[in-house]
Amino acid sequence: MSTITDPQGGTFRLSMLLNDTRYRSTTLQVIAAIIIALTIGYLYSNLAANLEAAGLNISFAFLGSPAGYDIGQTLIEYDSQSSNLRAAFVGIINTLLVAFLACVTATVFGVFAGVLRLSNNWLVRKLMSFYVEIFRNIPVLIWILIIFTIMTVSMPAPNAFRGETPTSSMLFDAVAFTNRGVYIPAPVWGPGSLVVVATFVLSIIGIFAYRSYATKLLYDTGRLLPRFWPSVGLFFIPTILVFFIMGSPISLDYPALKGFNFRGGLQIGAPLIALWFALSIYTGAFIAENVRAGIQAVSKGQTEAAAALGLRSGRIMNLVVLPQALRVIIPPLISQYLNITKNSSLAILVGYADITATLGGITLNQTGRAIECVLLLMLFYLVISLLISAFMNVYNSSMKLKER
Amino acid sequence: MSDTHSESTTVSYVRTETIPQQAAPANAAGPAKWIKDNLFATWANSLLTVAAIYVIYLVLASTLPWIFGGVWSTGSLRECREVLDGATGACFSVLTERWNQLLFGFKYPTDQYWRPTVAFLLMFVAMAPVLFFDLPRKLLIVTGLFPFVAFWLIWGGTIWTPLFALLSVIVGYIVYSKLVARSFAAGFFGGIAAALVFFWLSGFIVPSLTPDEPFLEAVPSRDLGGYMLNMMLGVTCVSLSLPIGIALALGRQSSMPLIKWVSVIFIEFIRGVPLITLLFVANVMLAYFFPPGSGVDLFLRVVIMITMFSSAYIAEVIRGGLAALPKGQYEAADSLGLDYSQAMRLIILPQALKISIPGIVNIAVGLFKDTTLVSVISMFDLIGMIRGPILASTDWAGVYWELFGFAALIFFVVCYGISQYSQWLERRLATDHR
Amino acid sequence: MNKSVLFGALTIAGLAAGAAAAGTLDDVKARGKLNCGVTTGLAGFAAPNANGEWEGFDVAVCRAVAAAVLGDKNAVEFVPTTGKTRFTALASGEIDFLARNTTWTFSRDTDLKFDFVGINYYDGQGFMVPKALGVSSAKDLDGATVCIQTGTTTELNLADFFRSNNISYEPVPIETNAEGQQQYLAGACDTYTTDASGLASTRATFENPGDHVLLPEIISKEPLGPLVRHGDNEWGDITRWVLNALIAAEELGITSANIEEMASNTNNPEVARILGTEGTLGEMIGLDAEWAKRAIMAEGNYGEIFARNIGEETPIGLARGLNAQWTDGGLLYTPPFR
Repeated sequence: MSTITDPQGGTFRLSMLLNDTRYRSTTLQVIAAIIIALTIGYLYSNLAANLEAAGLNISFAFLGSPAGYDIGQTLIEYDSQSSNLRAAFVGIINTLLVAFLACVTATVFGVFAGVLRLSNNWLVRKLMSFYVEIFRNIPVLIWILIIFTIMTVSMPAPNAFRGETPTSSMLFDAVAFTNRGVYIPAPVWGPGSLVVVATFVLSIIGIFAYRSYATKLLYDTGRLLPRFWPSVGLFFIPTILVFFIMGSPISLDYPALKGFNFRGGLQIGAPLIALWFALSIYTGAFIAENVRAGIQAVSKGQTEAAAALGLRSGRIMNLVVLPQALRVIIPPLISQYLNITKNSSLAILVGYADITATLGGITLNQTGRAIECVLLLMLFYLVISLLISAFMNVYNSSMKLKER
Repeated sequence: MSDTHSESTTVSYVRTETIPQQAAPANAAGPAKWIKDNLFATWANSLLTVAAIYVIYLVLASTLPWIFGGVWSTGSLRECREVLDGATGACFSVLTERWNQLLFGFKYPTDQYWRPTVAFLLMFVAMAPVLFFDLPRKLLIVTGLFPFVAFWLIWGGTIWTPLFALLSVIVGYIVYSKLVARSFAAGFFGGIAAALVFFWLSGFIVPSLTPDEPFLEAVPSRDLGGYMLNMMLGVTCVSLSLPIGIALALGRQSSMPLIKWVSVIFIEFIRGVPLITLLFVANVMLAYFFPPGSGVDLFLRVVIMITMFSSAYIAEVIRGGLAALPKGQYEAADSLGLDYSQAMRLIILPQALKISIPGIVNIAVGLFKDTTLVSVISMFDLIGMIRGPILASTDWAGVYWELFGFAALIFFVVCYGISQYSQWLERRLATDHR
Repeated sequence: MNKSVLFGALTIAGLAAGAAAAGTLDDVKARGKLNCGVTTGLAGFAAPNANGEWEGFDVAVCRAVAAAVLGDKNAVEFVPTTGKTRFTALASGEIDFLARNTTWTFSRDTDLKFDFVGINYYDGQGFMVPKALGVSSAKDLDGATVCIQTGTTTELNLADFFRSNNISYEPVPIETNAEGQQQYLAGACDTYTTDASGLASTRATFENPGDHVLLPEIISKEPLGPLVRHGDNEWGDITRWVLNALIAAEELGITSANIEEMASNTNNPEVARILGTEGTLGEMIGLDAEWAKRAIMAEGNYGEIFARNIGEETPIGLARGLNAQWTDGGLLYTPPFR
């Protein structure tokens, strides 16, 4: 390769723009900027021409007009006269709800399967790797469809609970599993229930305070206080006492079959359950792999060293292996959470009213405002993803091994 | 020690010969020991084993009679139920009766099924030299020709379009090899530009060469469907997104702020939204961004969006590979006096790509699974065929398990196969002698 | 070298922009094919048969338009659209003509900038319930779980109906008809609602259609018709009058069987004008004289199309009802061909 000798003095030739390292990067960037600007301009002019030809415009006014449709499961006040914007908010909250629930259960499944994959038991080990491989290698869309079909076809319809000799019955007379969802008793908050709740919250705080006091005492004086039973006691006794002192202000509202459906109680709709379960069991398989890799990443010497110090196996896990494994597990875990949030957009398959089904589904259908709806939809997911990524970056930098 | 030993040799109760080796006790060797160690080591373990056996029993007891009692040759669900007559059994006849629809969709001309089949078989020949390095390198010619041949086989129509596409690639290569002596960048971009210009010019000639009755009947891309569609989307988008992903990864590492920020924004944007919204864009928005009347069909729009999607993910994997290389490699390349493109081509990328291969394969598997999402935007891929025409037909309304089971199985085989390959490759490429 | 890339891109951009959109009729003629938007599959209205050929009530309208414009009833490219994609497909020019049980509403006609060219089916939203449920009126559905096939105006009508009757319900929106059936048959919803014609078509595919009844209430007006883009009146006129020709043919007794005979020796001047043996109607809409003759020959007149695809002899089994000729007490009434 010929080396470029930078010219001495001011003779400037055009070819220097490309061949001279001083100018090359600027030239390239200017060219890139021009190409990008041209592309965007080209796309935009097409958009403008197409919209003009079709006589359409871009307007977000439809967000304020009444949505006109009802939504099955809503956590905030909503009826068909609410605006499209509110329908979108209902969708956002439903998305966040199913994503949150699925993240929790997927973590439980994943940790469970990941730890069991390292079990000494051959059969369990094989069973767990079977679970992981089956769920990782089949599209989540098929899983959602399969689980939704299981829900609707295999669970009893509310009709089965009816009549003289019902073919199904409620669990403990309180919980009903139907193909429209699971009905559980709901608490009814009477006067004075606030005191009970406050007591409960205070006792939880109390438990933490007690445990940190016990730890401090252990480190300072070496005295070991019992932890388990006092915690259990703190958890139950004050709340139960206050509950009865206040005259049982909180009662349960049991679901009962009235008319077409179960009424009363709390209904968790079948679409939510199907989506929730499908997402958690699918993502659980991925998390299991992360957990296994994380635990295996802790070198065996660490376990042996801890054993040589005389720690019991439970403590080796808690004090030595897990803290190190978590450092490896958490970043991919968070990106799995991100995947759950994004995959929850498949709610549209099961009729769950998430943001894709409200804003990107019925609202889009009814108003025909495709461009606006899809843009808002992408914006929402983008904000969620960026928030989670930002959180992950903060976590990563705080967990970074402090080296020299 | 030794002298006490020698003194005691005469003592009668001390053995002078070694005891012959004996077989281990029955519970310390063979299957019994294995079972004891691996299944019933502790009582908690035994409990787990029993629970696992019970789960396996439950699953098998409910599925095996159903599978083995299956009916394979009836014309509709009603007939199948008559044949079964209340017995447990699957109606696999939906698979045999709709086999072609499941594989090719419902619109592909029936007498032309051999074309995608041949293309599918050719794909293995074309992929073999890429996947297995030991095969003769000459096979790469097949790989190079494959896209054009497969295009012609599947879409049919005039042979001149793929032929001119091939010619323009060759023209591009010639221009590249002429210019590369000056600088790689000139050769690279010049080659691409020459190929594009040549192909654009050929667009004026092709219509006049097109015979009225082409050798292979033209099939519009709207008529593609079934598992073939999943395969085509998967293969096309992964292969297209590799070079784009590399470019994006390099762009993200670039020292030029504009290039860097464009890459970052593109990657983060694409990774931040679910694929389904991108497919909505392909379906309901993208048509507005093309010139009026250009008629870019849905298949192409979906390919564009999925390629963008996977290239952002591949870029991140490759960036990981680039970041994992020791800084010394970059410095070594610099100290040899290599310029940017030489350093990348000769030193950095070969190593970075090698590190990234497992990640890229993971992305590819994920992408292949995600091609099922096109069923949501009214394309009739395997899942689209099942959810639409087959389950909606009078004959087969209500056959869920057989169809979903089939779809799950066919995806499992392919994805599991690819991930096994990736593990093999990882072992194969482990050259760092750990 | 980079410069030439730049100029290449510029040239391509310029050329593409230069090819401005011509009229739809010219586009269709140049292409030799009519791009017609239909549903992704609704038995009787538009669904691919075992050989992958589209057939149905809406499909027949597409074929008639293709026959009138291009002279070949098979010169149609059927584009399956969902409730979500149909309007974009039409607005963006991907399809020339949308025949997909689309309800004619004010906002679609004005705000979304489409033109409905007529009504080919007078429909209304109904409810289907299992007989065993013992419900005889939609007003008894208080508290019921309702499966809705999303896409047309169903959700809005449903919300309005239940609100105006002050009763509650639990909506379950379903994307495809197949999944709606699955939910309904498994008892996951008490009732299934969509256009009455769609319900009849769905019920026809059940194992025991007799176990399900359609409730008498029709809660909405659903005039379904084909539509085109707003602004291209020439194309709108052609499609409107093809549809009118099909309807008028039934009224005047022109069938695909007797059309040749009618063309040669009719003494009804309107028949002669439609079939092009008299007057210059074809010329007025930019087609040849025999446009309507071809349209009627393609799949028969309106009555024949109805009877063959969704009539009482078919599994769908719809009565003519509102869709009878005005002379038979229905609503079909075409303006005169003159």
